[in-house]
Amino acid sequence: MRSLVAKALVPDSADPTTPRVAAVCVYGDMVPDAVDALGAAHGDPDDGLISVAAVATAFPSGRSSLGVKLTDTREAVAAGADEIDMVIDRGAFLAGRYGTVFEQIVAVKEACRRDDGTYASLKVILETGELNTYDNVRRASWLSILAGGDFIKTSTGKVAPAATLPVTLLMLEAVRDWHRLTGEYVGVKPAGGIRSSKDAIKYLVTVAETVGEQWLQPHLFRFGASSLLNDVLLQRQKLRTGHYSGPDYVTID
Amino acid sequence: MSRLTIPKTYKLYIGGKFPRSESGRTYEVSSAEGRFLANASLASRKDARDAVVAARGAVAGWSGATAYNRGQVLYRVAEVLEGRRAQFVDEISSSEGVTAAVAGRQVDEAIDAWVWYAGWADKFAQVAGAGNPVAGPYFNLSVPEPTGVVAVVAPQGAGSLAGLVEAVAPALVAGNTVVVVASERFPLSAISLAEVLATSDLPAGVVNVLTGSPAEIAPWLASHADVNALDLLGAGELDWVDLEVVAADTLKRVLRPEPGLPGRALDRILAFTETKTVWHTKSTI
Amino acid sequence: MKDITPTDGRGFLEYAPAPESQAILHLKDSYGLFIDGEFRDGSGGSFQTISPATEKKIAEIAIADSADVDLAVAAARRAHTKVWSKLSGADRGKYLFRIARLVQERARELAVAESLDNGKPIKESRDVDVPLVAAWFFYYAGWADKLDYAGLGANPRSLGVAAQVIPWNFPLLMLAWKIAPALAAGNTVVLKPAETTPLSALLFAEILQQADLPPGVVNIVTGAGETGATLVRHPDVDKVAFTGSTGVGREIAKAVAGSHKKVTLELGGKAANIVFDDAPIDQAVEGIVNGIFFNQGHVCCAGSRLLVQENIHDEVVDRLKQRLSTLRLGDPLDKNTDIGAINSREQLERIRALSDIGEQEGAERWSAPCDIPESGFWFAPTIFTNVTTSSRIAREEIFGPVLSVLTFRTPAEAIAKANNTPYGLSAGIWSDKGSKILAVADQLRAGVIWANTFNRFDPASPFGGYKESGYGREGGRHGLAAYLKGASA
Repeated sequence: MRSLVAKALVPDSADPTTPRVAAVCVYGDMVPDAVDALGAAHGDPDDGLISVAAVATAFPSGRSSLGVKLTDTREAVAAGADEIDMVIDRGAFLAGRYGTVFEQIVAVKEACRRDDGTYASLKVILETGELNTYDNVRRASWLSILAGGDFIKTSTGKVAPAATLPVTLLMLEAVRDWHRLTGEYVGVKPAGGIRSSKDAIKYLVTVAETVGEQWLQPHLFRFGASSLLNDVLLQRQKLRTGHYSGPDYVTID
Repeated sequence: MSRLTIPKTYKLYIGGKFPRSESGRTYEVSSAEGRFLANASLASRKDARDAVVAARGAVAGWSGATAYNRGQVLYRVAEVLEGRRAQFVDEISSSEGVTAAVAGRQVDEAIDAWVWYAGWADKFAQVAGAGNPVAGPYFNLSVPEPTGVVAVVAPQGAGSLAGLVEAVAPALVAGNTVVVVASERFPLSAISLAEVLATSDLPAGVVNVLTGSPAEIAPWLASHADVNALDLLGAGELDWVDLEVVAADTLKRVLRPEPGLPGRALDRILAFTETKTVWHTKSTI
Repeated sequence: MKDITPTDGRGFLEYAPAPESQAILHLKDSYGLFIDGEFRDGSGGSFQTISPATEKKIAEIAIADSADVDLAVAAARRAHTKVWSKLSGADRGKYLFRIARLVQERARELAVAESLDNGKPIKESRDVDVPLVAAWFFYYAGWADKLDYAGLGANPRSLGVAAQVIPWNFPLLMLAWKIAPALAAGNTVVLKPAETTPLSALLFAEILQQADLPPGVVNIVTGAGETGATLVRHPDVDKVAFTGSTGVGREIAKAVAGSHKKVTLELGGKAANIVFDDAPIDQAVEGIVNGIFFNQGHVCCAGSRLLVQENIHDEVVDRLKQRLSTLRLGDPLDKNTDIGAINSREQLERIRALSDIGEQEGAERWSAPCDIPESGFWFAPTIFTNVTTSSRIAREEIFGPVLSVLTFRTPAEAIAKANNTPYGLSAGIWSDKGSKILAVADQLRAGVIWANTFNRFDPASPFGGYKESGYGREGGRHGLAAYLKGASA
């Protein structure tokens, strides 16, 4: 985990101009260590600092009692997590118990509340790979937005297929329509399966042309990807040197 | 001093790979004059079992491809076959003891038959399917779909390449996958054909070639519950009635033996299809 | 989060130019006519073909006069009598398979040439036109030795020599639609490409040489309207196939009346794209955009009339305008371009004139904000709302990126309005309800109906119109009928 933070802070030691990632994503019990490892660099990505996101609610399956899921969330928030990535109850969703799914999200959002009245930012993971149809993805997106999610996220990364352009487009359309209706902003995070810079660029274009360029900022759009970072570094190296680079020139950790 | 050759090893073709028989057995293949040609693999029931698994695994991809794509892949096989014409002429001349001219005609027939079948892929549904004018406010469409895994006993006599092509190609056109037991006496072109298939964009498992004894292998394919259809084309010398009886246990679609080569027939494509008819209401306006 | 809206409203995401290289082309300065297997000079003078995006000259093209047309028809007749009618179907098929594979091999080159000469975006010529060309030849190659199975009687025979005149909107694709079935059925061909788009046909002639097609089986005579008129009226032609305007189609039908010639016509359209309130709205918007702005609206089956259910009119129009604002108009050879050039000055004038009439008729005009380049022929995607059924822009084919929007309340009204036209080529239906789609499709008088999609073409799928959109079908088993004796035209 310390290695992860070090890489997040300095992705390419041969190129100090490399920008940082917006956040590191860890399991709840590692939050204190992540906060500690980031030190002075811990903060808002808008300020050039790095946030700590914690996966919670019995990630990735979501299969435990609501009580356990809320405790999971509260502990991570108390330990200093800026963002909580929860999973929806897919069993309830696919059985048509949308009310249950809705209530769980509302409860988790409330569990993100800190003593000072501020809230950790809540990402709701739909696990689109298990939802089977685009109609379901659209429906789950609306449900999550209505229940108070700050971000809707495609996947845990533990199930294939993870993020795809079609499901991301659907989620962007839901977020766009929400904004048209209410003026409010919800973020979108495609996670898992985006490995090349080329693919990432397709997503950026899709964002710009669906919801608008305003969304191309850390608080409204994120890639959930680990191997993507190294590919971005390789592309930056090619731009700098003019020749193709290779795996020996980026760190594995 | 003429150059020393490097004789080819002839193995089975299962799941896109060329394994030896799991039994380790081989049998001698000789030329028409009795000269040693090769030790071909003598397939066992376990090889047949593995071939069926591979064929089943390939059904979703092959039947899910567009008809256009299947036609393109099959045409590509013909392109590669044409490129290897000389090799096949040599092999057939040696094993069947015929002149290069006669062998050449057989190879040409095989290639042309393959092209004939490839051209059916995106059109046989238009001949065999239909919108049906039912007496009510319903949209009604019948389409032929592939039956699944087809086990074939190839023609056993001379004309081994053409016979094999005419045995296997029709099933592939509709999206079926195939396990074929080659001619016991003339198995070499079957494996060389498999090399062509392996390098022609045909997905692994779509065709699986077993060499050896049809008498030993056919009963295992006939009784196998995961084989949908049984083509006894080349099984005329076997106790094929018994095979038909065995196949009846799992209600396989069975084609009976035919003497010689089957030639080309649309019926051989349709024999391995199931007709699906879909109804949909039309609302009143 | 930060407000990062750029202050000049232009957007900070700049797409770098992504030009498809023209280096793949090896064009000649001038092209002759392709007769009897070789290129030869015509005796009718020449004209230039230009790029409609830059107005720059591409090459000098020969004009075939009546003497040239005589030569071409004679070559086709000779080839039919002595060679093509004597070949087996399997051999005809082999030539067509070769052509299909050569088109695939030279696909990028053909796409670049097509975009250069026609003005359509490289995205379309590369991803739609050229792949369909190869597919068309591939499909009909397989029919050549299976005519007995086509349901057109036992032992169907070719007609002889086919005169084929094609339009400028899908030059190479229209060529494929004409030549592939004709050859598969055993006919030989004299084809005249459109005046403004001869280039891809001439490159295709080179492909025929690479395929070693017997001389005279396909002949290509370039020229303008007069060449086409001479060709279809030639006495030694057995079959006439024309795709183009209804006006010219009428003339051709009159010219062949009483003669032995069989004729098929694929003419204009004013298709209704019907969007019900239970349609998947975002997909419907994509379908509307594709229906009228694909290929700059130069499509006979374009969804040029949007019939939208009244209660969702405002929302659909709003979303449509948002979507149109993301379309990129510009250099056809740039891979980012969505909207290319209008094919000719003449066509641009026609589009402008009819659009002005639309405004005069009281419709409300809105165009996508586009940077129009200095030279070349361009027209920004435009929609007219508040259009009435009797407006000229609801009746007449504009053949450009102009959409007329009308409303309806019930399926019955939508059907009545959709059918209320002398045309009958195509229609679109958008709804999530299958039974409604099928019931509406039943009652629409159109030869091609797309449900929850639009502008989908496939060599296996018959295409053609009702009423003044023409007669005969291209594609599928039905596409063979026009080229065989004993089958109905």
